[in-house]
Amino acid sequence: MSELNWANWTCPLPLRDYPQIVLGHGGGGKLSAELVEHLFLPAFGNDTLARLSDAALLHAPPGRLAMTTDSFVVRPLFFPGGCIGDLAVNGTVNDLAVSGAEPLALSVSFILEEGLPLAQLGQIVQAMAEAARAAGVPIVTGDTKVVERGHGDGCYITTTGLGVVGPGVDLGPDRARPGDAVVLSGSIGDHGVAILSVREGLEFETVITSDTAALNGLTTLMLRACPRIRAMRDPTRGGLAATLNELATRSGVGIVIDEDAVPVDAPVRGACELLGLDPLLVANEGKLVAVVPAADAPGLVAAMRTHPLGERACIIGTVTEQWPGLVVVRTALGGQRVVTLPVGEQLPRIC
Amino acid sequence: MKYLTEFRDGKLASKLAEQIRRSVTRRWTIMEVCGGQTHSLIRHGIDQILAESVELIHGPGCPVCVTPIELIDRALAIAALPEVTLCSFGDMLRVPGSATDLFAVKSRGADVRVVYSPLDALRLAREQPARQVVFFGVGFETTAPANAMAIVQAKRLGLRNFSMLVSHVLVPPAIEAIAASPTNRVQAFLAAGHVCTVMGIEQYLPLAQRYRLPIVIAGFEPLDLLEAIRRAVVQLEAGRAEVENAYARVVEPRGNRTAQAMLAEVFEPTDRTWRGIGMIPQSGWRLRPAYRDFDAEYRFAVGAIRSTESPLCKSGEVLQGLLKPHQCPAFGQQCTPRTPLGATMVSSEGACAAYFNYGRLVQLGTPPATASTAATAATASAATNPRSSEVAKVTGVGR
Repeated sequence: MSELNWANWTCPLPLRDYPQIVLGHGGGGKLSAELVEHLFLPAFGNDTLARLSDAALLHAPPGRLAMTTDSFVVRPLFFPGGCIGDLAVNGTVNDLAVSGAEPLALSVSFILEEGLPLAQLGQIVQAMAEAARAAGVPIVTGDTKVVERGHGDGCYITTTGLGVVGPGVDLGPDRARPGDAVVLSGSIGDHGVAILSVREGLEFETVITSDTAALNGLTTLMLRACPRIRAMRDPTRGGLAATLNELATRSGVGIVIDEDAVPVDAPVRGACELLGLDPLLVANEGKLVAVVPAADAPGLVAAMRTHPLGERACIIGTVTEQWPGLVVVRTALGGQRVVTLPVGEQLPRIC
Repeated sequence: MKYLTEFRDGKLASKLAEQIRRSVTRRWTIMEVCGGQTHSLIRHGIDQILAESVELIHGPGCPVCVTPIELIDRALAIAALPEVTLCSFGDMLRVPGSATDLFAVKSRGADVRVVYSPLDALRLAREQPARQVVFFGVGFETTAPANAMAIVQAKRLGLRNFSMLVSHVLVPPAIEAIAASPTNRVQAFLAAGHVCTVMGIEQYLPLAQRYRLPIVIAGFEPLDLLEAIRRAVVQLEAGRAEVENAYARVVEPRGNRTAQAMLAEVFEPTDRTWRGIGMIPQSGWRLRPAYRDFDAEYRFAVGAIRSTESPLCKSGEVLQGLLKPHQCPAFGQQCTPRTPLGATMVSSEGACAAYFNYGRLVQLGTPPATASTAATAATASAATNPRSSEVAKVTGVGR
């Protein structure tokens, strides 16, 4: 990946004159233009963006257009395994990917707080550029605003993604049917615990890193291996529990999962026990859940395991007629419990 | 992984459950005192697995649930003061006071922070000398040593901007209040292991003798709980009433003497009102006069606090084991985790929240087809609880 070359700026008033973001960087004047010319263009470099017109013009292949948007306000901006930049790219790419779409292009909108060190913005932009390249999706248009100090948390990013759902692909959260299998692409809880560990200054024996990654490569492979996939979702905020509850509600079915079958890495499990959190409710940024006809599940899992992001793919449960709208976990002890959504954020317990 | 997987072994658990089933000649009523145990029992479905042999009653051992509403209201008033940073454990934030909760006060501009230890609050006080940092010090004997430590350190450092709103509650007086009540149905207690880690087990000897009740010190993992229940059942069947330590890997009979000395230095016993239950004599700790400078109740004159409980909330009866959460008319209706009327619906350790989140299968009364043991358990539970199908109907679960 190419590093930004801070030494070779050609502008007579280089960005270096302002080591921090000032209000003028969002004013649409010279400072704004410098930000575009010396930071965004070199990092995101693609022909569509380079035209700098008011709107990016794209060629769309045949199929239905998919469009999604997401805002990123993560604190802190940098965390083990990633930063707000790659998160903003991967999050939106993944929303397209699990809808069965091939991502075409992204837009990015920055809201920067006066005083944000320019070097930090540089790192964030660089991370976005690398994530976009890794996903193979260009960032084709963007906007920057600056708010006064104290009115933002350093940097907020909104990304919008456009994609195309090819002919024959039809996924939806309302399509799960009794008898279907529920497939998970890997271990859960990593992102949420990674964020918590830096946000709260908690130290664990091993560094837990975020799983942020773009899933479009994996979903393309999955749809090719198993065109009958009924639904895919990426379990971000609210974790696996929120995703399964949504599938159960929207499809009017029950979902039963085996607690033992859901992979949770030891450090994540330990951290969750310590804090009184349920890993099923902790956020992920590089995982997906798929609902498929049971007969297709073993083949799909085998195919997923050939992809680096699906190496630990497994079947975690089944869709059932019983308990429509509920997600039920079979515990290792043979008991069962209903998993619901938390009202707000999960709260660490007293003792 | 050490201490996580070993004590959750499904095969061993089945063996223990089978032993319990075989050793009972009747169905026994056992109360687990601690909310952490309630959480674990329901999370792992142990109450269902044992439903034929044992009725588990969920006790008052959830600090969030029993903290008096007057104190919550006082915390809310203190948090609203502009100079104050109020630090609290996470699950206190959603506990309803008379009119609002800490989350709502925070959204209106109050500086309310979630911390994991009172020592974090102490550090905050050192870092922000211009702010008054108040720690909301609730909990049983388990959380008390760290709170005492924070107070001792604050005094040593001469911190003038650190104080604590203290509402400590104690387990033995609560067990005594339940055992002595004329309506008591509890035949044996599982005592809270972590409380005993600090205080030892001696305090329970006179209780077991006086009230002829077995008291078994229990841990929190599924195997710990099953083993403790097994020992309680063996005692009950044999007509014995003794104190037994089923959590010996953690609990020393004499407890932690260093911690006890520090607790005695900082706190003194006091009468304490338990939310929903009422005043229990000498059932709490407050700061000794020597540490009054660090007592937030004295430092902040927030005026007369007038507290009112929801008239619908029956959490007191739930906490005393007189009512199952779903037998409360407001359960799942006016009272849900989203709109809690009482603290038992808020805390993840609260019996009402535990029932709402995890126990809905039992209320549905539909035997699950997938696991045969749980199926029997759920049916048995529905049979012994004639209201269960009715409750399922009124709560509209399974929409």
